[in-house]
Amino acid sequence: MTTETREVSHDTPALPNGSGAAAILSAGIGSFALAILAIAADKSAAIKSMLVFYKPTGPLSGETTGAILIWIVTWVVLDLLWSKKAIALTRTNRIAFVLMILSFLLTFPPIADLF
Amino acid sequence: MEVTARALWTLVHGMGFGALYLLACSGALVELYRFLTSSTYTPGQERFLKVYLITMVVLAWGAVLTGAYVIYPWYRAAPPSGTVDLSLFPQRLLMSNPATKGWHSLGMEWKEHVAWFAPISITMAAVVFIRYGRDLGNHKQLRAAVLGFVAASFLAAAIAGFFGAMIDKYAPVQGGNNLHIMQGEK
Repeated sequence: MTTETREVSHDTPALPNGSGAAAILSAGIGSFALAILAIAADKSAAIKSMLVFYKPTGPLSGETTGAILIWIVTWVVLDLLWSKKAIALTRTNRIAFVLMILSFLLTFPPIADLF
Repeated sequence: MEVTARALWTLVHGMGFGALYLLACSGALVELYRFLTSSTYTPGQERFLKVYLITMVVLAWGAVLTGAYVIYPWYRAAPPSGTVDLSLFPQRLLMSNPATKGWHSLGMEWKEHVAWFAPISITMAAVVFIRYGRDLGNHKQLRAAVLGFVAASFLAAAIAGFFGAMIDKYAPVQGGNNLHIMQGEK
């Protein structure tokens, strides 16, 4: 039995980075959207009741469904716009990671309660 | 040996999906890093990593969906007025004691949201890896972001797993039919 091993050059990308950038940025945006929806539901009774999509789960059902929709729609739109382009990834990555860090912090109750 | 239906679902959620996901995370980080930085590889290794990441996506979504839509409703159920024994109402049981209140007000409140960052991040990482494959090794910043988001998903799952285990220790989700697993020695 033979196993094919490939040598790969590390300097000539075959695909532009746009698709990857769209996926990374939208993951940051989706996570941040969840944190914002969670804070909004916690602060406003009207938003809280609006986000009850499934009564036994309460507003968590709407917060997560809303965030997932925002994530997927953002991903599709950015992918359509960027998939054939080369994107400045330093800035995109930085924004995505800042959004992800903020998402962790803003869902932490002692910080969320500051708003 | 018996287990209640609700306890069995908790096992499926925590041990079946959650713990397996956590175990898979460290493997994914090491394997992705090794794969994306080495200059030789076999198509079989690439295929294996794709299947591994897809399995992680299934585990992560399985964990949050069973958590939010199967177990959480039992956890947050409101007891009928006048209920003294709160053992079937874990949230109220935790809130009834100042020593355990924080496991809900901080632990569950954080866990129920932070857990969702795991499936979002690992889905993104899997899709990017499947799309780019070996070419990801040629995109240094893309590679760094994918590894960073896998690490973020690991952190999210670890936070959710820790609080899930502690909450289940102080106020386990109980009730439902008793399922007989096996007969012990007489």
